Amino acid sequence: MAEDAHAAFGVRIRNLYKIFGPYPERHIAAIKAGMSKAELNEKHHHVLGLRNINIEMPAGGIHVIMGLSGSGKSTLIRHINRLIDPSFGEILVGDQDVVTMAPDELRDFRRHKTAMVFQKFALLPHRTVLDNTVYGLEIQGVPRARQVDAAMRWIERVGLKGFEKRYPNQLSGGMQQRVGLARALTNDAPILLMDEAYSALDPLIRVDMQTVLLDIQKEVRKTIVFITHDLDEALRLGDQIAILRDGEVVQHGTSQDIVLNPADDYVANFVRQVNRGRVVRTASAMTALSPDAAAGLPTIAGDVTVEEAARALRAHQADALTVVDTAGKPIGRITMRDVLTTLFPMPES
Amino acid sequence: MDWLFTFPHLDDAILTATKKSIDESFRAFTRAYGDLIETLFYPLQLFLNFCEHFMTDTPWPLILLLLLGTAWIASRSWKVVAGTFAILFVIGFLGMWTDTMKTVSMIFVSTIIAVVIGLPIGIALSRSERLRRLINPVLDIMQTMPSFVYLIPVVMLLGIGKVPGLIAVVIYALPPMIRMTDLGIRLVDRDVLEAADAFGSSSGQKLLKVQLPLAMPNIMAGINQTIMMTLAMVVVAAMIGVQGLGQPVLKAIANQYFTLGMFNGFAIVGIAVIFDRVSQAYGLRLQKHREVVHG
Repeated sequence: MAEDAHAAFGVRIRNLYKIFGPYPERHIAAIKAGMSKAELNEKHHHVLGLRNINIEMPAGGIHVIMGLSGSGKSTLIRHINRLIDPSFGEILVGDQDVVTMAPDELRDFRRHKTAMVFQKFALLPHRTVLDNTVYGLEIQGVPRARQVDAAMRWIERVGLKGFEKRYPNQLSGGMQQRVGLARALTNDAPILLMDEAYSALDPLIRVDMQTVLLDIQKEVRKTIVFITHDLDEALRLGDQIAILRDGEVVQHGTSQDIVLNPADDYVANFVRQVNRGRVVRTASAMTALSPDAAAGLPTIAGDVTVEEAARALRAHQADALTVVDTAGKPIGRITMRDVLTTLFPMPES
Repeated sequence: MDWLFTFPHLDDAILTATKKSIDESFRAFTRAYGDLIETLFYPLQLFLNFCEHFMTDTPWPLILLLLLGTAWIASRSWKVVAGTFAILFVIGFLGMWTDTMKTVSMIFVSTIIAVVIGLPIGIALSRSERLRRLINPVLDIMQTMPSFVYLIPVVMLLGIGKVPGLIAVVIYALPPMIRMTDLGIRLVDRDVLEAADAFGSSSGQKLLKVQLPLAMPNIMAGINQTIMMTLAMVVVAAMIGVQGLGQPVLKAIANQYFTLGMFNGFAIVGIAVIFDRVSQAYGLRLQKHREVVHG
């Protein structure tokens, strides 16, 4: 039931432009005609935030928007709940255009359709963990007993049971962000916006929180938009990844696409740092099933990582494994040579 | 060379005529509307009388208990309660109990009025840059204009008594309340406000659930300042008939009664100390959540 209700809330961003400055409408035409960001800044003292963004985010997936600081990623996520107004374009959530909503419609939309987690947590310092967590429901006017029920469930789920009465100042950064996550989840909105939610956390705690999110997502199946500047995080979480540079999408695809076929040098540069063994799936690394292939080879699933395949090859002391799809049908063959080629691709000459 | 030593100015006759005509028109205004304005302020008069009667007619042990109880509820500190008791005891023992109670009642009412007027104005200022530019000079004038000057029109309109005294006190004590409310709301963390917006708070919800609670330390500091300034006005207000600790001081000035002046002066200082410590302790207690910072 809940899943059906949520399924309708994919996010489609179409022809989105954002120009910062006093008179964005004067320059939108020039920007569409191809004026550069530098020229706009120099001649007209306006800053180009986003240029021609088109992203489809189907419901129920984790969509990562990755970019370095200044790439416009935080600007982009704020367009989805219109904390920032666009200069031009459409943001469709379900069948509603967020851009044309009247103030009370927008408030209603924010209350019921979206919830947000922030980089700096943005908890209310004068409220306890519990009172922070119920905030979304409280302003919707939900009866207190129901607020507390829902909040306690999520507080427990993010591992903060026993801390309900504490104030944010008494918690570590990781715990504060768990409160931020619980607050957003308690709202039970179909869309979860996470703005660099884990960027302020220690690396170990960050990985921990990624696991928490992935686990929770298996149950709730929300449309999650996750902003990060960390490619490892993007690859770990994202069903779809959009890479943003200077306000433009340079590549949009699955983690496999990004790692195996980087669109340009900019993306390739990022990808070079990545541990490919933990990203690339055997199905992407395998070679075709040769007709004379010896039967009886050990099998491995197509959707596990190459690292897993290497481990299996070693465990079976085999030269090759048969890659099978989810139905168990053979779809290819993977050898140690394939693994090595994947991990250490020849530099393009 | 005479012109070098006299600043060129309007002809004396013109000046006198101007002043006279302004005075005349204001006097005409007071004659026409004085009664109406007095009627408007009548409820305030009743409230002031009620508070004063309550403080002076109730048996002193009850009032003492009430004051100590308030100090305890606000501060939760035995030290503050003990200090309050010591000061009140000395004041009473030196024969100033009734005057002190009149002054306390006056300060109580003035502070309430200043908060009731100042808080909404402060909130409005925090929301509009234009209004702020408009009101700020007015606040500056209210704070720097010698209080005797605005006593004149107040007395002309309302005569001598508690209400004009109260108005003079509130005019003087209002600016810090407005300024600190405005400042406090402006200082609220933008990230937290953005979060409140993202969850769909209406502007009223944002004000009540986020801005005012987070501005509370500054608002409390504003109330504290307001109380201190009302106390500073006690003697001036006594000049237009407000009873309490100010009147013996005036008598002492007129007759050079050194000790009488000192006693009443210290009584004013004493209640200032009580009000200050109690309200500060309360302000601090409101911010308990800030105390324990994770390392």
